[in-house]
Amino acid sequence: MVLKAFFPTCCASADSGLLVGRWVPEQSSAVVLAVVHFPFIPIQVKELLAQVQQASRVRVAVLGTWCHRRQEPEESLGHFLEGLGTIFSHEPWLQLCRERGSKSWSCKATRWQGPASSAASGEDQVMLIFYDQRKVLLSQLHPPAALPNRQAGDATASAGGLAAVFDTVARSEVLFRSDRFDDGPVQLSHWQSEGVEASILVELAKWAAGPVCLLLAFLLSLVSAAGACRVFKLWPLSFIWSKLSTCEQLRHRLEQLTLIFSTQKAKNPTQLMRKANTLVSVLLDVALGLVLLSWLHRKDRIGQLADALIPVADHVAEELQHLLQWLMGAPAGLKMNRALDQVLGRFFLYHIHLWISYIHLMSPFIERILWHVGLSACLGLTVALSILSDIIALLTFHIYCFYVYGARLYCLKIHGLSSLWRLFRGKKWNVLRQRVDSCSYDLDQLFIGTLLFTILVFLLPTTALYYLVFTLLRLLVVTVQGLIHLLVDLINSLPLYSLGLRLCRPYRLAEPSALGIPRLGSPHCRPEHAGVKFQVSEHEAGRPLRLLMQINPLPYSRVVHTYRLPSCGCHPKHSWGSLCRKLFFGELIYPWKQRGDKQD
Amino acid sequence: MEDEQSFSDICGGRLALQRRYYSPSCLEFCLSCPRISLRSLTAVTCSVWLAAYGLFTLCENSMILSAAIFITLLGLLGYLHFVKIDHETLLIIDSLGIQMTSSYASGKESTTFIEMGKVKDVVINEAIYMDPVKPHGISQVVPLFQSAKPRLDCLIEVYRSCQEILAHQKATSTSP
Repeated sequence: MVLKAFFPTCCASADSGLLVGRWVPEQSSAVVLAVVHFPFIPIQVKELLAQVQQASRVRVAVLGTWCHRRQEPEESLGHFLEGLGTIFSHEPWLQLCRERGSKSWSCKATRWQGPASSAASGEDQVMLIFYDQRKVLLSQLHPPAALPNRQAGDATASAGGLAAVFDTVARSEVLFRSDRFDDGPVQLSHWQSEGVEASILVELAKWAAGPVCLLLAFLLSLVSAAGACRVFKLWPLSFIWSKLSTCEQLRHRLEQLTLIFSTQKAKNPTQLMRKANTLVSVLLDVALGLVLLSWLHRKDRIGQLADALIPVADHVAEELQHLLQWLMGAPAGLKMNRALDQVLGRFFLYHIHLWISYIHLMSPFIERILWHVGLSACLGLTVALSILSDIIALLTFHIYCFYVYGARLYCLKIHGLSSLWRLFRGKKWNVLRQRVDSCSYDLDQLFIGTLLFTILVFLLPTTALYYLVFTLLRLLVVTVQGLIHLLVDLINSLPLYSLGLRLCRPYRLAEPSALGIPRLGSPHCRPEHAGVKFQVSEHEAGRPLRLLMQINPLPYSRVVHTYRLPSCGCHPKHSWGSLCRKLFFGELIYPWKQRGDKQD
Repeated sequence: MEDEQSFSDICGGRLALQRRYYSPSCLEFCLSCPRISLRSLTAVTCSVWLAAYGLFTLCENSMILSAAIFITLLGLLGYLHFVKIDHETLLIIDSLGIQMTSSYASGKESTTFIEMGKVKDVVINEAIYMDPVKPHGISQVVPLFQSAKPRLDCLIEVYRSCQEILAHQKATSTSP
């Protein structure tokens, strides 16, 4: 196999020295982690490597020599470098060489074939792969620390070739902690040798996070204890809470806040991302809510809204009355059954009259209520939108009632018709066998059955028309509420932190399941595609092949798909076919199932 | 060393296959698709603007014309960035893996890399139905050159060179 040498790009301009890293024999690859500069004492180098090996459990060793000179190395230097091979014996021994200021590299890998003369040593073909140490370390494409079948000192055999490289770099962090300003015995060159990377804001935030999280977790536990209080589980209140989408949204937000401010540290990168996404989503929500609040309270918009609400409700009721008058006449030229028409029409008109009186009763309090409800927008835009959806539901309650009446009536009629149709043909529904069986009826049974059947058939158009009209109205209201819920879901589940990370630090988000690493929460990722890409650098004949390895970031659509937050789960579960079937048979449609849904 | 050959795709357009041979263990194929033709671009733009002008004479609202210009520009940019593939590259590196890159007309590149350990073989297949039936030991079939759609003669060239590299890799991996 071709020998692959992974070389960090930061060391390409370093002075001559020894190559330190890890040799992976299964993939025949040498991962170079740092360069040890002259002058050094071999004993101290070996001590340092032993320390690093103990701390990180990575088999770090001296892999070869690195030569960065103005011209071809002189004879004496050549012998010196070969002499080093006998002190730090490693097989195969790499010799990388680069002329200063030029792009030509040369590398040799020699294997000692025993105590015979060096002329018998074999040489392997070498391929140089450059990698950015910082990005590889931060990309978190290495296996998590809690894999069950880990062995000391080596990556698991199941990790693919590239996963071993990432794993090695990630676990050798202790080697990168010393920089050139330390007065240690050994001078190393790696990505942090100009100074260890740290940020004072991050350190301050970490220090402050502890007590803040404790305090907020305590407050949130108080709130959730108050919410779980017995009083709220009594029948009328629990029924109302389960129907209002605002309570659902508040409960969801409370859960999310509890997750963010929990005092346990995140166990793996997935959980950390979820926490960060949730925090950013909550912050954005609150910011948008405050913007809405400031807009509402400017220029007395709440007063205007309250003044406009009653006339709008009146207008809707008037339109409904006109609609019913039209149905009671000859709608669209159809001839209705006069008596049934009048009964149904008057019944619904009385309902509207009751509703209007109720609205007028509430009118003095509307402005106060709206003002207090508007304050709740500071909890977030999603809460404000949920309240809007609930207000629409309350204001169109009469349409909902009409729909239920019409649907029940139509449903009864359809069932009656189907059963009497079976009687008409001489058949019966066998409840025991759950199928249609033939049956012999008496004459009077047949007579009454046929009579009822005829009556129902002739009353069908009237009922069907009322059902159709009110179902359409109800579907209109449901559509408006559905759009609001869609917007709320979008704000709830969009992973903004991940999208921002993908925009600014794309190397943090690559596809980890590619390299054989188990990934939580997304079992349907395509496992064969690695999170890296290669580019061939300028190639000259006779020189080794040089490749540049870069992190291949996830496309935006996959970022959203992988990191999306779980939403309330209030999505319609019907397919179009079952919806049409329910509409035809007059069964009631519940557009979204809420938790603990009551059966009608 | 580099050489270039020209083929045609299944619709009759001209394709250019460039092969770069870096070393016995590394080979790159670059297949460039036919460019966007001025005729089709002019046809689409003219039809959109004629429709917009028709609507304008009906509605007397000049916003329709500005909207049509916006739509044309955005549509063209979106087409160049998301749909039109300029060239597709296949890079085979012995003992590392196979990399497929699609470069779009706006310069965007989308790359997929598959490690050699996960590659069973490179084959020419008559038709792919993407059935859920999984053949023994194989978890996914990945089609190459989906946009360029070259004909059989071009595919045979690529297939021959891929098999040479894979054979070379198998030979060197068995030897110590």
